[in-house]
Amino acid sequence: MQLNDAPVAQRILLPVRASTILVSLALALLANFLPWKNVLLAPDFVALVLVFWCVQQPRLVGLGAGWLLGLLIDVGNGVLLGQHALAYSMLAFASISLARRILWFPLWGQALHVAALLLFAQAVAALVRLAAGAEFPGWTLAAGPLLGALLWPVLTTVLLMPQRRPAEIDETRAI
Amino acid sequence: MDHTPPPFFNRGPAPLVRLAFFASLSLALLVLDARFRYTESLRGVIALAVYPLQTLATLPAALGERLSAYFASQAQLREENAELRARLLETSQAAQRYEAAHAEAGQLRRLIGAAERLPVKSTPAEILYNGRDPYSRKVVIDKGTRNGIRAGSPVVDASGVIGQVTRAHALAAEVTLLTDKDQAIPVQVVRNGLRAVAYGAGASGMLELRFMASNAEIQNGDRLVTSGIDGTYPPGIPVATVARIERDAAYAFARIVCQPAAGVERGRYVLVIENESRQAQPPEEAGAPADKRPVKVRKQRRRDGDAAQ
Repeated sequence: MQLNDAPVAQRILLPVRASTILVSLALALLANFLPWKNVLLAPDFVALVLVFWCVQQPRLVGLGAGWLLGLLIDVGNGVLLGQHALAYSMLAFASISLARRILWFPLWGQALHVAALLLFAQAVAALVRLAAGAEFPGWTLAAGPLLGALLWPVLTTVLLMPQRRPAEIDETRAI
Repeated sequence: MDHTPPPFFNRGPAPLVRLAFFASLSLALLVLDARFRYTESLRGVIALAVYPLQTLATLPAALGERLSAYFASQAQLREENAELRARLLETSQAAQRYEAAHAEAGQLRRLIGAAERLPVKSTPAEILYNGRDPYSRKVVIDKGTRNGIRAGSPVVDASGVIGQVTRAHALAAEVTLLTDKDQAIPVQVVRNGLRAVAYGAGASGMLELRFMASNAEIQNGDRLVTSGIDGTYPPGIPVATVARIERDAAYAFARIVCQPAAGVERGRYVLVIENESRQAQPPEEAGAPADKRPVKVRKQRRRDGDAAQ
């Protein structure tokens, strides 16, 4: 594999601003609260953005952020309190442990890892609900995470934009 | 000598320790919420924080609707107006007959010494969006405790019951639909007065009568209305129509599937009914003396007699 395939590993980025992280998470919450026609087919934007920041900035965003976001989602959706909190803190843990591995892959390879992570989070939430006595809503449950993983390349491009340097290509300089 | 590492290597507790901490915190919350319902106040506080985001998220759809309503053609509006006027005439006639029948029923009930039914107060509301929980069937309406809506109130639409308010926030309320797996409603067959309890059947959008003996007197097409004996739903509101009955000799109970009368999963405007009879007479405990009730009824009857004179 050539190094050129891994745009994230190759380019040196500006340090991230806290405001970028906060705004992106707020927008993700907003997207989750949109009145979707079919909830099962809507990707979980909060989980996706959480995975992104856990992979990119494991020292800034982690389990605490995941837990708080999960609590907000639980209340906003009116579900069992702690369901998403548990799922997102486990998701944050898994993403942080896989962060170094994921960043070596090209974007589509990263998306595959993200699909597995999101499916894992969905499975945790489903297990909690089934244990609490809910009925299984069918295998369309996996559609949301898979659609979310498809959005990963777009999300990476958009969320890394504020950190990119201005395009001043200097042939004589190494980086 | 002190051997602690310099502070710039300090990264806090290990991820696994953090995971254990947050996971146990979540599990504790889950148990508190699912088993004991201790978390409602915490939920209320967080709900206030989430509310602006939720309103913002529902804004585009609401705005689009208002725009399309603004650009509705005049012909369409006139047609709708005429239709509504016709329906008003029809229903006002029915309402007049209802008034007479209601007065008559009140007299008859007084004659047999039964407690009179109090009028029910209702609040119109609009469905904001479907619940975002794939494991349950809920909708969120745009009225909350500010408008006097409390958890437990029944919710109806133009043709029947659609569900019950299960959680009331300040400015919105969650309604659990009849088709939810955990939602039950006491019903009565119109044809012969047979009482039963209808449960939601989940994803199929139907209701089920459980624990009805396989020789129970019930037919396809029987209409079910609320029986009112639970003190939550006012009696006589249409609930469902029996759609299918499977009687199997191998089982003691028949499998009875019913089609909800109201547009449980569609429709937009609903009515939240406040059951005032429940406020006036809190349900007595099972062990309470039974001779209290006749006294109350007699008193009420006397008051009615005074009013009549």
